[in-house]
This record gives sequence, C-alpha cells and structure tokens, in this order.
Amino acid sequence: MPHQLRPLLAIAVLALGLAAHAEKVTITVSSFPDLDRGAKAAIAGFKKLYPDVEVKLSSMAYPDHHTAMTTALATGANLPDVMGIDMGFIGKFVESGGLEDLSKAPYNAATQVSRIAKFAVPAATSSKGALAALPVDIGPGALFYRTDLLQKAGVTEAEMTKSWESFIASGIKVKASTGAYMLANATDIKDIYIRAGLKDGEGIYFDSKGKSLVTSERFERAFDLTRQARQAGIDAKVNSWTSEWSEGFRQNKIAAQMMGAWLSGHLKNWIVPETTGKWRSAQLPAGAFASYGGSFYAVPAKAANKKAAWDFVQYLTLNRDQQLTAFRNMDAFPSLIEAQGDTFIDQPIDFLAGQKARQLWKVAAERIPAVVVDRYDSVATEIVGAELDKVLEQGKDIKQALADAKSGIERRVRRK
Amino acid sequence: MNSSTSPWRHPRKWAPYLFVSPFFILFGAFGLFPLVFSIYLSFHSWDPAAGLLAMEWVGFENYLYALQSDDWLRASLYNTFWMALVSGLPQHLVAMPLAYFLHSSFGRWRNAVVGTYFLPFITSSVAISLVFSTLFSRDFGIVNALLASLKNAPLVGALMPASNIDWAQPQYTKWMISFVVFWRYVGWNVVLYLSAIQTIPKDVLEAAVMDGASSWQKFVHVVLPLLKPMAFFAVTLTIIGNLQLFEEPFILTNGTGGIDQAGKTAAMHMYSVAFTDGDFGTASAIAWLLFMLIAAATWLNNRLLGQRD
Repeated sequence: MPHQLRPLLAIAVLALGLAAHAEKVTITVSSFPDLDRGAKAAIAGFKKLYPDVEVKLSSMAYPDHHTAMTTALATGANLPDVMGIDMGFIGKFVESGGLEDLSKAPYNAATQVSRIAKFAVPAATSSKGALAALPVDIGPGALFYRTDLLQKAGVTEAEMTKSWESFIASGIKVKASTGAYMLANATDIKDIYIRAGLKDGEGIYFDSKGKSLVTSERFERAFDLTRQARQAGIDAKVNSWTSEWSEGFRQNKIAAQMMGAWLSGHLKNWIVPETTGKWRSAQLPAGAFASYGGSFYAVPAKAANKKAAWDFVQYLTLNRDQQLTAFRNMDAFPSLIEAQGDTFIDQPIDFLAGQKARQLWKVAAERIPAVVVDRYDSVATEIVGAELDKVLEQGKDIKQALADAKSGIERRVRRK
Repeated sequence: MNSSTSPWRHPRKWAPYLFVSPFFILFGAFGLFPLVFSIYLSFHSWDPAAGLLAMEWVGFENYLYALQSDDWLRASLYNTFWMALVSGLPQHLVAMPLAYFLHSSFGRWRNAVVGTYFLPFITSSVAISLVFSTLFSRDFGIVNALLASLKNAPLVGALMPASNIDWAQPQYTKWMISFVVFWRYVGWNVVLYLSAIQTIPKDVLEAAVMDGASSWQKFVHVVLPLLKPMAFFAVTLTIIGNLQLFEEPFILTNGTGGIDQAGKTAAMHMYSVAFTDGDFGTASAIAWLLFMLIAAATWLNNRLLGQRD
C-alpha cells in the first residue's frame, strides 16, 4: 500500500466508527453509598427503555460526594449529568440556583408532583418556587424496640408511645428491671420533638422570612424533655453509628431506637442479626410523625446531556417498577405513592417477628408534615446541637442556651 | 532571519527556561493562583454552589466579622494555641534527650530504634486518628481498660478515676488530641536532633569527658547549646504545623469539634465556615488571619532561637 494511503485509510475508518457511535449519549451519574445501589440496579431496566444511552455511575463517600458537588457547582466544571443529593444537603443545593428547575419546560415535572409523597417535595423546592430536584426515597420515622426487654419490665407498647412523659416513665421501668437503656441518646428526643406538630409549609429552624425559631416553645419543650430523659438515666449517651452504639444493641443494653424505617435493614444485616424475631416497630411516641433522611436526584443547570439525564431521573423517581425494585432489594421506601401501594408492603418481616411493618410506615409517610427547608439548616443544626450539649453536660439554663443559639445562628447566617 | 542566530539552531538559549518551567507551571497553577485567589476571595462574599458569578464585593467585612463577632473563631484559636503548646513542648523536650541517648548508647540497633520512632510520622495521620479514636473509646477502648487495670496498682491506683473516662468530654478532649499529635511527631524531632548531634565533632565531647563531665553535664553544657540551630529549625516547623492542626482533631472528634467546641482548631473552623456555612469569603479571611498569626509566631521564634550573625 502506498505510503500516504495508510494514514488516510486509518482516518476514514475512524470517521466511520465515530459516525456509527454518533447517536450514543453517555450520561454521568454521581451518587454515594447506599443510594448508588438503587442507581446501579436501575441501569439494566433503563437500558431497555433507552438503548442509546450509556450510564456511567460514579460514587464517593457521603461527605466527600457533597463537597465534590459543591466544588463542581462552584466552577461549573466536572458536573455530572445526574446528581444524587441527601436530605442533609438538599437545602443548600436547592437554593444555590445551580440546578435545573424541573417544573419548567421541557421537564414539566410540576404535573407529576402529585404522584410523589407530599412531604418530600417542599424539601426539593427553593424559596423562589423552583423545583430543583425530585425525591427518590423517603425515610418515615419509626420506633424499633426489643419486645423481650419490654416484656420483662412489664411495659406495653401503648404505654410506651402514649406520650413523652409515659415514654420516659417506661424507660425508668425498663432500666430498673433489665438494666437496659430506653434510648441510645437523649438528643434523639430533641430531634423528633422539634419536627413534631409542624404543619405543612412550616420550617424547623427558620420561618418563611428567614427568622430563626429556636427560642419558641417547641424548642424549649424539646430541650426540657431531653434533659428529663438524661436526668432519669435512661439513655446510654452514645452517638449513632459509633462502636459503642452497635455494641449497645449487641449486649442488650439498648432497648429501643427511633430512626428511619430503613434501620431494620441495618439491624438485620450487620448490627444484631442474631436477635431476629425480638424486635418490633411502632409509630413514634406521642403521635409524632417525622422523616429521617431521604434522597433526591437533580440535573445541574450546566450539565452536558440534560435530556438524557432527565430521562434517567424520571426513571429513578417516577417509574413504578424501578421504585419497587429499590424497595424490594434495598428497603428504600419509595417516594412514589403508587409504589407504596404494592402488595410488597403486606409481607411480614421476619426480623420483626412477622410484623407487617411496611403498612405502618406507609401510614407514617402519609402523615409526615411537608416541612420547608432553609439553606442554613445545617448551620442551625450544628449550633442547636452544641447548645443542647451544654444544657445536658454543663447544666446550662435552657432559656439562656436557646437565646445563645439564636444569636449564634443570626451571627453566622448574616442574611443580606 | 540569519539562520545561525535563530533560537532553533542554538537550543542552549531557551533550554534552561524549558527545564525549569514544569515546576513554575505547576507552582503557578496549584500554588500561586490559589494563594492570590483566596486573597481576592476574602474581600468578597461567595456561596460556591451558586457559581462563579455570584461573588459580591464586601471589602473588609469578612475580616471584621471574623475578628469581632465570630466567637467560635476565638474559641478555636484558643484551642489551637493550647494544643500547639501542650503537644509541641513535649515533642522537643522528649526528643532532645532521647536523641542524645540513642546517639550515645545504641550501637548496631540505633537505626532500627530510630526507624521505629519515625514510623508514626510517615503513617497517614487519618489512619492514626481512626485507630486512636477506637483506642480511646469510652467503654471498649484499650486506654480505659489499661487505666482500669492500674486501679489495683499500689501507688498509682489512688490517682485513677473511679469510672471509665469519657474522652469526648471537653476537659479531656484536648489532652487526647495533644497526645496523639505528640506521639506522631516526636520521632520526626528525634531524627532531626540525632542528625544535629552527629555533626558535633567528637573531640569537643572527648574534651568535656577529659574535663570530668558526667553524661548529664555533657548533655546540658555541650550538646544542648550546639543543638540550638537545629532547635530553631525544628521549632519553626512545629509552630507552623501545630497552628495548622486539622486531621487529628477532625477525626478524633468526628468532624464536630467536640462538646463545647473543645477540640475545634482554627483550621477546622475555617473548613466548617467554608463547607457547612457555605461562606467561602469569610473562610478565606480566616485563612489569612491564621497566616498572619503563624508569621508572627515564627518571627518571635526567630528572635528567641535564631542565629545572630
């Protein structure tokens, strides 16, 4: 073959090859464990509907992922096409203005929003009314307790959950007869109480004008109940996810835990698999309904392949089969209401001694108030938590602590 | 153009610049640019999630806020100086006699022993902090188990606490972190001082022995003064490193800074202002305030220990 013809031939073959691939679009999906398991499971089903789209999934540890996404939004470089966001960070990202408003054309998600669990949508809505993300799973709050320990103390479930005072009194009984703590940490009570009794459209820490609400009666009572629980000696003073916490379960030292419904999966899989059948799930005490976590998917405004990205987000969040797959495989409670109605929720759960707990969680999901998020929620969480520590550990006066929290938040927030 | 003066014919003219350029390009992109950008940023208010165009000029407001209204900055600066001192002083006070002891008493085993002391320094600080946070666990940690077993010892037993120490309590947090930092860097200082001692001429030490000096007197009157230049260098590094303490307190307090911010250092506070508050402008201002403090401390060290020529 003549000398000059070979490179020309190579270029021609390359060009043909490129032309053949010209229709294929590759989208990058950025997520974090365990949310990425849902995305991975979705790829096969998605490919059947959209064979021309390649999905590349990248996953980073929870805090690293959100820091990386912050950086990517800041510079507009290295943005994924589909971004997974956790409830803890959703306020910040949604307010940033760097995510596509999915209620506008060509997405028009506003018409689909009624198919999603009501309380999860405001979290994804910015203060200007832009729907910046769609919920993909929710965490209805539940109370998990050890039936054998409660039985030994002669405490019934109704007695435990009637009111917060009866909850603390039950805790004292349990401690006296079995030596087990009712709570891993008294601060769990604060976390639930500040969310309880809110109505749709209210914020936890800030009102609609951005004024901090931490000196309200709701916070005072939350701090007071927490202090009562600590002083009654019914909490183990351990933080969630530490080795003391999981050991507490293993050594039968913690009788109950309030957390998202997904905790049953963790308890069964790695924390205390040997206690199968000894647990039961109840609604949170005193008629409280709260959500623990929840995840979202969004499309960045500067993403390269927005159309394909939106198709994938729709598949993850609004496709009944995919929501059910995630539900069955990962116990990720679906945000799509029609997926919640599947017969899967009527199945008994072995770990909970055959209780059909998913029905309970569905009821909880329907009654959780649609709380509004604020971009400074993470700042307020940090400061209120720090002040509560001082109340519990150093005997600080509650009113003073909340006043200090308010001034601390106002200083750090410095609204313009 | 006359081909004999064309640069392509005389590569020697631009070759030096070409060889030196990789460093300058990398330094410019990853060293100089972020430095200058952060000065620029400290005069703006910027929420990074909103994109580059969202920067707003605010002049000195970030600096004034950090100095006047940020009580967590003040607390974190106090913590930083406290831990810098409590972990820094023992690093040197233990390293100097230890280096001398290793130099004079260990023969064949010296390098192995020095290597063992140096190991913590080359191990990842994150890995060390993770392991130590398990060791210091309140109910299941080895440290508390050790202290509990010492309760039965004759003399020390009386000093031991009655129940397991909760190292997360504010009065213990700083000691825990300072210990880990001390443990990590004492080997590095031993290596530095050992190398300095090895440069001391043998006849100086022999002269001291002939004058009747004991081992201790040799150390205090001959070796220590000659270690001063190395001490100046090592202390400068300790000042700069300890005032920027981040990884150990961050991991040991799970990123929170501990109860009552007892373990929060200035670098941790700067990080939380940037990523929790989403306020990169104030975080940059704090970074430059920290720089000025470190520069002042280094200048002070220079006055105390520096060479007078």
